[in-house]
Amino acid sequence: MNINVDLIFKIAAIGILVSVLNLVLKHSGREEQAMMTTLVGIVVVLFMVIQLISNLFSTVKTMFQLY
Amino acid sequence: MEIFKIVALGIVATILTIVLKNQKPEISIQISIATGIIIFIFIATKLASVLEVLNMFAQKINMDVVYITTIFKIVGIAYIAEFGAQVCKDAGETAIASKIELAGKVLIMVLSVPILLALFHLIVQLMP
Repeated sequence: MNINVDLIFKIAAIGILVSVLNLVLKHSGREEQAMMTTLVGIVVVLFMVIQLISNLFSTVKTMFQLY
Repeated sequence: MEIFKIVALGIVATILTIVLKNQKPEISIQISIATGIIIFIFIATKLASVLEVLNMFAQKINMDVVYITTIFKIVGIAYIAEFGAQVCKDAGETAIASKIELAGKVLIMVLSVPILLALFHLIVQLMP
């Protein structure tokens, strides 16, 4: 159970990191890199969330016999 | 008690979502999705035991097993459709949410057709 709870804080940490990085890059004039880091951050978080969603779907499938 | 853990987790996740709301709304949505899933997985074991008890009752009164599995399927579809619709509403996409709800209703209707047929047959037999 607590492995998952860490996941929430991991996602939040990535989000904060990406937004700070974004601001720094924006102020130093590199707009494209800021956009790239945002995309990378979103993709990484998406991998985690999709893995969680597939876990949820398999749990519901086995529990409610929804084959 | 588990309920304290769940409430604490929900509040912390809400705060994190607010922190990220204006810079990165896309990541804040994913935090709320992840929290919802984690809370469901946390109670999944308890829900499974409740479903086992219901199954045992159905076997005890030797009711036809098709009915109880259909009910479980319908509850599963309703839950997942509700989950998806709520996530879309959170993100502000009420159009997609209503489409998901419509699909859920149609799928449940399709699942409940055999039970309706059985009911009509029963009623017809009862008629003099």
